[in-house]
Amino acid sequence: MKRIAGSCAAALLLALVAACGSSDSDGAASTATSATPEQTTITVFAAASLKGPFTEIGKKFEAENKGVTVTFNFAGSSDLVAQIQQGAPADVFASADTKNMDKATADGLVEGTPANFATNTLQIATPPDNPARVESLADLADPDVKVVLCASEVPCGAAAAGVEQAAGVDIQPVSEEQSVTDVLGKVVSGEADAGLVYVTDVKAAGDTVLGVTFPEADEVVNTYPIGALADSENLDVAQSFADFVTGAEGQAVLAAAGFAKP
Amino acid sequence: MPRWIYLPAAAGALFIVLPLVAMASRVEWGQFWSLITSDSSRAALMLSLRTSAMATLLCVVLGVPMALVLARTTFRGQGLVRSLVLLPLVLPPVVGGIALLYTFGRKGLLGETIDVLGLQIAFSTTAVVIAQTFVSLPFLVVSLEGTLRTAGQRYEVVASTLGAPPTTVLRRVTLPLVLPGLAAGAVLSFARALGEFGATITFAGSLEGVTRTLPLEIYLQRESNPDAAVALSLVLVVVAVLVIGLVRGARGVEAP
Repeated sequence: MKRIAGSCAAALLLALVAACGSSDSDGAASTATSATPEQTTITVFAAASLKGPFTEIGKKFEAENKGVTVTFNFAGSSDLVAQIQQGAPADVFASADTKNMDKATADGLVEGTPANFATNTLQIATPPDNPARVESLADLADPDVKVVLCASEVPCGAAAAGVEQAAGVDIQPVSEEQSVTDVLGKVVSGEADAGLVYVTDVKAAGDTVLGVTFPEADEVVNTYPIGALADSENLDVAQSFADFVTGAEGQAVLAAAGFAKP
Repeated sequence: MPRWIYLPAAAGALFIVLPLVAMASRVEWGQFWSLITSDSSRAALMLSLRTSAMATLLCVVLGVPMALVLARTTFRGQGLVRSLVLLPLVLPPVVGGIALLYTFGRKGLLGETIDVLGLQIAFSTTAVVIAQTFVSLPFLVVSLEGTLRTAGQRYEVVASTLGAPPTTVLRRVTLPLVLPGLAAGAVLSFARALGEFGATITFAGSLEGVTRTLPLEIYLQRESNPDAAVALSLVLVVVAVLVIGLVRGARGVEAP
């Protein structure tokens, strides 16, 4: 009896899991079957730092292509690659660094060659009143200044290590955070005196932080590539979205958000 | 009980056990030992054990009086007080972290007072202990209050009619009587503190050996070294299993 109940339970559980799983593939299938010129949905997996400009670019793209809906999944680039590798239904991938795009191309997931569409550099962010009077990267090496960086395991931390090396400055951070957002949060709340984040993050944060530019930032430039994904059901639409981002209108939106041209 | 109950019950059990089995199956056993004994892993584990022990101690110091007041007295608004005390139990930890930030942070409610005292809480190990105590205190209070109510007041009444002053009754009668419940509550608090993630990452930051506890280390390793993240996760699972065993042991001694 127990054994029968056990195997029945296993079957039930699998059925439940399968049911949950199939609702996803139903969703993907319905978008695929409705892929007529009138109704097309593409899903763009984009780095979290692109949330502002890409949402705007998506609206513009929809306005110019009647019947096309663009949905987004914004997350850390390494998480996005992992999801795409696990078979997540995505049509376009825009990464915050070439390293993560390389992982996708190495697995043959990208159609053609990805195009670089933007670059980003680091900037010092301080609370609006700049309590520690930070004016240069060298100021961050002062042990009295509470500096927050990204951990070296994540892209912004690797970039921070790069500028430190280029400038010959050794920063002793009070915390090594998981993401740019976490660094910015510590600066906005006034817990930290300064943090190293991207130019675009400072711009997006508005009045809540003060940006301090430093010349060594140009030594480490982060390049953003975009590519249509080979498994896309709407490859032509996906490709035209990627082209739209690299085109004049996309570039204008990205420039307004503080991104530089590659 | 109808026999068909076994079916959903087994499915439920499987639902909990299967992910753990799946995770264990992903462990690179060949490198397991070197992964969990790397410098950063050891630093994170030692920090976690140290801060969780401190947090448990604080929970006992603050939680025992709280449980006594809730179990042995009645006052207006007691229900409300009890609900508030239980709040960290149901609050998303990241919310707890934000609340702590605006209390103990440099610009927080108590920030200036703390500054005057010359203490630095932000980005310190103290911040980790505060975050862990905040989330695990309710476990001790709930567990002990239940035990106190079950134990009843008979022996306490007898002791005081025989002339024992209140503090003596507490020390010689009440506390020995509820010791198993107190131990179980303390172990649960320790386990909760050990697993604390959200409040710590929001409030305390993340620096090796200072504020990067084991859960934070696991989350970070996921970025660059998923094998290490899985190995360290298994370590936490083993600790959790040990904790459950300890609680069951303590409860077993407890009088019904």
